[in-house]
Amino acid sequence: MADAKTVSQSEAKLPPDDQRLISFVEAGVEALREEMRRNADIFYVGQGIGPRGGNFQQSRGLWAEFGEERVRDTPIAERGQVGLGVGAALAGSHPVVDIVFLDFVLEGICEVIQQASTIHYVSNGKFKVPLVVRAAGGGVRSAGPHHSHTFYSFFMHIPGLKVALPATPFDVKGLLKTALRDDNPVIFIEHKNLYGNKGHVPKEEYLIPFGQADIKRPGDDVTLVALSQMVHRSLQAAALLEKQGISVEVIDPRTLVPFDKETILRSVAKTGRLAIVDEAYAACGVSAEIGAIVASDALYDLEAPVLRICALPAPHAFSPSLDNYLIPSVDRIVSEVALLVRDKA
Amino acid sequence: MVKPSNELVLSLYRGMMEIREFELKARQIFRSGRMPGFIHLYVGEEAIATGVCAQLKPQDYVASTHRGHGHAIAKGISPRETMAELMGAAEGCSGGRGGTMHLYEPAVGFLGSNGVVPPGILIATGAALSAKIRKTGQVAVAFFGDGAVNNGAFHEGLNFAAIWELPVVFVCENNLYATEMPFAQATKNTNVASRAAAYNMPGYQVDGNNVLEVYAKAGEAVATARRGGGPTLLECLTYRWFGHHEGDAGTSYRAKEEITTWKEIDPIRRLRDQALTNSWATGEQFAQIDREVEGVIRDAAEYAVRCQQPDVSTALDHVFNN
Repeated sequence: MADAKTVSQSEAKLPPDDQRLISFVEAGVEALREEMRRNADIFYVGQGIGPRGGNFQQSRGLWAEFGEERVRDTPIAERGQVGLGVGAALAGSHPVVDIVFLDFVLEGICEVIQQASTIHYVSNGKFKVPLVVRAAGGGVRSAGPHHSHTFYSFFMHIPGLKVALPATPFDVKGLLKTALRDDNPVIFIEHKNLYGNKGHVPKEEYLIPFGQADIKRPGDDVTLVALSQMVHRSLQAAALLEKQGISVEVIDPRTLVPFDKETILRSVAKTGRLAIVDEAYAACGVSAEIGAIVASDALYDLEAPVLRICALPAPHAFSPSLDNYLIPSVDRIVSEVALLVRDKA
Repeated sequence: MVKPSNELVLSLYRGMMEIREFELKARQIFRSGRMPGFIHLYVGEEAIATGVCAQLKPQDYVASTHRGHGHAIAKGISPRETMAELMGAAEGCSGGRGGTMHLYEPAVGFLGSNGVVPPGILIATGAALSAKIRKTGQVAVAFFGDGAVNNGAFHEGLNFAAIWELPVVFVCENNLYATEMPFAQATKNTNVASRAAAYNMPGYQVDGNNVLEVYAKAGEAVATARRGGGPTLLECLTYRWFGHHEGDAGTSYRAKEEITTWKEIDPIRRLRDQALTNSWATGEQFAQIDREVEGVIRDAAEYAVRCQQPDVSTALDHVFNN
C-alpha cells in the first residue's frame, strides 16, 4: 500500500496495543509475504528456500503460497544466482537472491559489485537494478570460518549498493519491506544468532526508511554505536554499566548505506565519548569509517579517543573457547567502556 | 538452401556493412588519439551479430561483451549514439558514463556490453527468467567469445537455463583466441557446441562467417526459445581480423598466413559474391548500400567528435536511482 505508515522509531515507542511478539525470522517472512502479495514482479531464489522453507526457516510458507514459479530452489551456484538476479532486475523483475550464508556471497561478489552496483550509473540511469541480495552473517554455535563472517565494510565501500543490517524483529520487517520497494540493489544482512529473538512487531503495515539510525537506549556519558548482534550485547552491557553509574547511549545505524551520521554526531556532542561495537574486524571496517566521520566532523566534541571494540583479527575459530574470545562479549564491552569513561568529570 | 529474398540479402548486407564501417571508423578515430579508453573491434565477425539479431524483436534482450559494438548496432542502438559513447560524450547511449564496454539501451533491449568476460551469459539468462515468470514471450541472447566458455559463469548460466527451460540462446563467437591464448591450449575439447550435451540442451556449430547460415540456425533457436522449448547453444566459428584490442597487432601469437586465410572468407564479400552469382541481388543494389552506409557512419563520426563530454557537475548523478 502506497500509504503504508512510515515508522522511524523503535518498537519501544509504539503504543501498547501494538505489542505483538514474533521472532526475527518470522518478521522477515512477513515482510516478504506482504510485498510478494503486493508486487507480482518480486520473485525469490536461493538454496533450500522452496518447500524446505530455508536453512533458518527464513522463507517458510512462501513456496506454498506463491508457487514454484516465484519461489525457486537453485543449485549451489552463487555467482549464477546473483548474475541471474541482475539480468532479471534489468528486465523488470524485482528478484530476491537468498545466499543463505553471507560467507558465500564471495562466490558471487563480482556480480554484486561490478554489475548490480554499477549498471545504473554507467547506463546513465537508463537501467535500474532493483535486486535484494539476502544473506545471514555472523557467528553462531561454532560455525567455523566458512559460516561466520560479518562482511559489512566492503559492501559499504561500493557506490551504488545499499546495505541494511537490522538487529530487531521490528527493524527487519520494516527495512525488508523498504528494500523490496527500492529500485536499487540492496544487500540485506541478517544475523543468524538473531533469527530466534522475539520482539514487538505491530499487525499494521509499516515501513522503516533507510538512512535513519535508531537510538535503542538513551544515555549521557558515552555513545555506543553497535551493529547487528552487537546491538543486543551493547544493550546488556549498558544495563550493567548503569549499575556502575555510567549512562550509555546505544545507537543502531540499521542501514550502512545510506548512513545516518547526524544521529551519531548529535549523540557524541552530548556524551563526548564514542565507542563502536562491531563483530567484524577493525581494520578498514565500518568502525574505522564511523571513527573517521566523527574525527572529521566532531573532533572537538570528543573528550577521549575513539574506542573500537571489534572481532580480534583471526579467522573464526571452531572451539567455543576461542570463538567466544575473538568476538566482542558483553564482559569485554563493559570493561573497555568503563575504562573509556573512567576519567570523565 | 532455400533461396533468400532480395530484401533479406540486402538487409543482412547492410547490417554487416554498418558494423564494418563503424569499426573501421572507430579505429581511425582511436588511432588519431581522440578516443579515450581502449576498444576491441569486431571486424571479421559481423555475420554473427547481424544474423542473430535479424531474428529478434525490439523487445527481445541481448547481453554482450567487451567486443560489443557490433551487437549494440545490430540490436538497434544508432551509430551516432554508439560512436558518441565511445568518445565519452554526454550524447552517447550511456551518457558518456559507460564507454565502449558499457553500452546500454533499454528501448531496444540491449542489456549492455561488458568489461568482464562471462557475466553477460548470466544477465541474459536472468532476463530470460524474468520473461518466463512474467510470461512476456521475450527471448534473450547472450553473445560471448571462446574466452568465456572455460569460466564458471558459462557453466552456471547454461545449467540454470537448462533446468528451468529458459527462453535464451547462447551464441559463442569462437574466434580461436582468448586475448592471445589459442583455444586449443585453453581446453581439451575445442568443440564448444558439444558442451551443450552436458546440459542436455541442443548445441550446433555453424560457420560464423556465413551470415545466411547464422541467420537460419539462429532463427530455429529463437523460435524454440519463444515457444517454450528452452535454450540452445550456437557455436559460430569466426576470426577477428585485428588484435584483441586496438594497440595489440594480433600478429605475435597468430601466423600471418592464418590471418590472410580468414580474411579471404570475409563474411561481407562472401554474401555479395554468393548473391551476385545466384542473382539474389544486383551490384547496383550493393553499391547503393555501400554509399548509404558510408554516409551514415561518416555522419556518426562527425557527430561524435563534435559532442561534448558530460559536465563534471553531473559526476555523482545516477549512482543511485532516487
